[in-house]
Amino acid sequence: MVIRAVLIPILPLLAFVTIVFFGGALKRKSAWVAVGASLASCLLAGFEIANVIGGNTLYANATWLVVNRVPIEFGVLIDPLSAMMLFVVTFVGSLIVIYSTGYMHKDPRYPKFFAYLSLFLFSMLGLVLSTTLVQMYLFWELVGLCSYFLIGFWFEKRSAAQAGRKAFITNRIGDIGFFLGIATFFYATGTVRFVDIQPELAHAYAGSWILPVSALLLFSGAIGKSAQFPLHVWLPDAMEGPTPVSALIHAATMVAAGIYLVARLFPLFHAFEITSQVVAVIGTTTALGAAYFALTQFDIKKVLAYSTISQLGYMVAALGVGGLAAGSFHLMTHAFFKALLFLGAGSVIHGCSDVQDLREMGGLRKSMPITFWTFLVATLAITGFAPLSGFWSKDEILLSAFNHQHLIIFWVLSLTAAMTSFYMFRLLFLAFFGKTRGKFHAHESPVSMTIPLIILAVGSAVIGLPGSPVMDHWFQSFILGGHGEIHHVNSFVVAVSTAMCFLGLLIALIFYIVQPELPKKLAEKSWLFYSASQNKLWFDELYDASFIRGFKSLAGILFRFDERVVDGCVNQVGFKTVALSRVKNWIDQYMIDGLVNFTGWAVRTTSGIVRLLQTGVIHHYLLILLLGVLVILYTVS
Amino acid sequence: MGLLSWLVFTPIVGMIVIMLIGRDQHKLIRNLATFTTACELLLVIAVLAKFDLSQTGMQFAERALWIPQLGVYYHLGLDGISLIMLVTTGLLSFLACVASFGIRERVKEYFALYLLLETGMIGTFVSLDLFLFYIFWEVVLVPMYFLIGIWGGPRKEYAAIKFFLYTLAGSMFMLIGILALYFASTPHTFNMLALGQNQFALHFQQMVFLALFLGFAIKVPIWPFHTWLPDAHVEAPTPISVILAAILLKMGTYGFFRISYPILPQAARWFGPAMGILAVIGIIYGGFVAFAQTDFKKMVAYSSVSHMGFVLLGLAVFTLTGFQGALLQMFTHGLITGALFLLVGVLYDRAHIRDLNSFGGLWVKLPVYGGILIFCSLASLGLPGLAGFVSEFMVLLGSFPVYRWMTAAACVGILLAAAYLLYMIQRVLLGSLNPKWAHLKDISAREIFTLVPLMILILLVGVYPKIVLQYIAPTLEALVKSVGGTLA
Repeated sequence: MVIRAVLIPILPLLAFVTIVFFGGALKRKSAWVAVGASLASCLLAGFEIANVIGGNTLYANATWLVVNRVPIEFGVLIDPLSAMMLFVVTFVGSLIVIYSTGYMHKDPRYPKFFAYLSLFLFSMLGLVLSTTLVQMYLFWELVGLCSYFLIGFWFEKRSAAQAGRKAFITNRIGDIGFFLGIATFFYATGTVRFVDIQPELAHAYAGSWILPVSALLLFSGAIGKSAQFPLHVWLPDAMEGPTPVSALIHAATMVAAGIYLVARLFPLFHAFEITSQVVAVIGTTTALGAAYFALTQFDIKKVLAYSTISQLGYMVAALGVGGLAAGSFHLMTHAFFKALLFLGAGSVIHGCSDVQDLREMGGLRKSMPITFWTFLVATLAITGFAPLSGFWSKDEILLSAFNHQHLIIFWVLSLTAAMTSFYMFRLLFLAFFGKTRGKFHAHESPVSMTIPLIILAVGSAVIGLPGSPVMDHWFQSFILGGHGEIHHVNSFVVAVSTAMCFLGLLIALIFYIVQPELPKKLAEKSWLFYSASQNKLWFDELYDASFIRGFKSLAGILFRFDERVVDGCVNQVGFKTVALSRVKNWIDQYMIDGLVNFTGWAVRTTSGIVRLLQTGVIHHYLLILLLGVLVILYTVS
Repeated sequence: MGLLSWLVFTPIVGMIVIMLIGRDQHKLIRNLATFTTACELLLVIAVLAKFDLSQTGMQFAERALWIPQLGVYYHLGLDGISLIMLVTTGLLSFLACVASFGIRERVKEYFALYLLLETGMIGTFVSLDLFLFYIFWEVVLVPMYFLIGIWGGPRKEYAAIKFFLYTLAGSMFMLIGILALYFASTPHTFNMLALGQNQFALHFQQMVFLALFLGFAIKVPIWPFHTWLPDAHVEAPTPISVILAAILLKMGTYGFFRISYPILPQAARWFGPAMGILAVIGIIYGGFVAFAQTDFKKMVAYSSVSHMGFVLLGLAVFTLTGFQGALLQMFTHGLITGALFLLVGVLYDRAHIRDLNSFGGLWVKLPVYGGILIFCSLASLGLPGLAGFVSEFMVLLGSFPVYRWMTAAACVGILLAAAYLLYMIQRVLLGSLNPKWAHLKDISAREIFTLVPLMILILLVGVYPKIVLQYIAPTLEALVKSVGGTLA
């Protein structure tokens, strides 16, 4: 069923091409092209996933390039891991495309938006189905491009254009590492196929530095795409894009591509102590740091953006401590509840006349009931209240850290869980409880937006069940294919994570419901802690002052060097040649030609004198003759 | 008369006919020139169709004694390397000719010189006799000098003279190299293929390589011999910039492939590391300087310095992948940068200004133009799926096992390309519309016509590079073997 599998990404591509060329004629109907394509590929993906659940793996390749006599292939690989991603991308993707028909309905560039969304779905599905590192790299860049276009969708706004560029360039920094990683890996092992990356391959290189280095280089691609520390700075700015984009690309799917890459290469990362440790440390740092930044943000989308970074850090940490199933599981549940949170935030923004500041909201519970209830479900899911999806997946991650004796990571992640709970309930209370503080009339969103919310809410509630003891950890054994160990529930871990949820909830309750003046006072008292969080530890300022300014001034210096020194030399050679030719001209005129002229002059002058003798008078000649004779006689005698 | 002779002399015939027409018949002259370049393109397609993929040697060869006293032959021939350059020349000459319809002054002289230029370029790419090669190489120079010097911008005289003298200085060294080869060979010959059979001493090879290198390096241009390029590009009229970037620069790297490498293999390998370093400097330096530009055209010109660095890097590593990448990059850079110069011209024709900082928000006003500009910029910054990616990817993959750190440094060039091109897009297309440009009209059908073939090829080569690689792979495989490089 290779053709059916290939059609999954091709259908959105066809939608893209159709809208690009006929968008002007189709106008608002373009949206239905995109919706149709995404639903159809969702359906096709359903067949393929059923096939994989039935125990089959689909694998097909075609040669694209030949390098060093090794074919570099493109193809489709549908195994449990990519089946899970296919499910997330097509299902959540379709819902978000439908939601966008409502959200974007007033936009003048309505067809263009759906063209980009379709192109994104094509690229993301191509990435998911990749059979080789090179194919993944290709689609990896393409999803980055779509992200660039969609962040800058409202490009008349300078900040949006700027944010798109920042995202693209930051990702490219990571991608250089990714590329060099591919090259290193290719020349070490002679393959770029994912199916060849097995524990046995990595063990053959035990004791050599080449594979750890290539793994770390590959990981830098994931750091960029999944917004891990220190390349996390682009994701909050990416919120300049329309909210459905934030939900689809910058929460549910594209940013998870980094996690997917690490999961695909899991045998490689897991084979070396150093690589798994680096992955775990980067993930944990990101989880904690981003949660800290989220505590004090007032822009509803910024809170969610940092939350996304933090949760991605969770997944990376899970993969680092050896929890392949745990990380993949959280990827799936997170896609649901985070997409729901963003779409809920979009509904709020839509209903509040484009207000994004939490300080102006409040009391939306009554005017936007569907949004409120679905948002509540998502909040409970992300903070990890049993038995919603986030509880199971987060628990699984904490459990892997605990079982693999990574106690520091375990406690840091637990602390992060408490912070997550705090900032999410803070958001919920500020937006939906109390009284409306801004001057606008909030209203509930149209059906095209609320239905996806309801479906996602149901999903967020139940999608954790396949990985829970209720279904006997079916998801974990599906992903691991019966190879890995499956962790069973540990009551200590459950107790810690539940306690953390309640702790966060309790503090948020005190701060924002019971004593609303308290946060302000505390912020004044511990201003350093507060402003460090609000300013995200000044990362942007730091990068701006060092790298960006350094880059720009280096460019300026080199340009001046080029003009003055390199071109200066060329021009000097030219000028010197002209000057030299003037000197030579002078020499020529006065010395060489002068000598010639002097000769002529001398001859003329002397001949002029001598000519005086030639008078033509006979007796003058006789006189000279006489004088000559006298001189001869005189000298002779 | 063989197909290649037809290729070389068809433009000359067109030129003569144009010279016989009255100077006020602008339309006739334009159509005739376009017709000639179209015929030329058809001839190239005929060559392409008849080209035997399985053969590594010269095809369509023609040989006739020309100057018996010196052993100079009129000797033409074609292999995969020439073929790819021939395709570039045929296609871009035709498109740039259509783009020349905007020329209003001294139309007759313009198109006559333009066709002479085409003969020179085609001749350079198919000559197999060094003497003949040198003549065609110089034939290119003369019309180019006038085309920049008469139809150029405000500083056209300076740019034209700089271009002419700089290149001529290079050709002088090249001529010395050619004469040295002639006198060192037994029997004395200008035949490139026969010279390739000679085993010259290493020291002699190095001297000659250096002389030829100077000639080629100035043409490419390799850092630090590149400063004529931004001036020439900025002053030249749009179609001439296109020809300059897409074809003329490739004459330099073609020289390495055709002359330096096969005839002086040991010296070439000896100079490999140095060429690699110059390449990496060019890539990074060109990228940084491009970022600092405020003139749209100058930015594209410096981006050429950076992108031609990849060609040199691929040449410097002596691996099959590197060579393939380098030659493919010569082709793809021609398509992409040619398209970018056309786009600069489209904007300049409307706004009469190229200052990047004075634009902004044009995408709203010129949606089709904006889309095409973004497409071509993405190709230039190496977006996978478009042509530029494949060639740079192959160069880097080919150079990685040979020069690990140089490759890593060259990767910075890819980052720089993204930086300067996206910065350009932001300044031209994004942001709020400057009301000064509210009257600008979108790209015309004729201008779209000149860009569409390039865009189709960019996409096609990006998605399925084999359509080009199949033509060049056998020739390059033979070349790698003969210079003692690594195939695997």
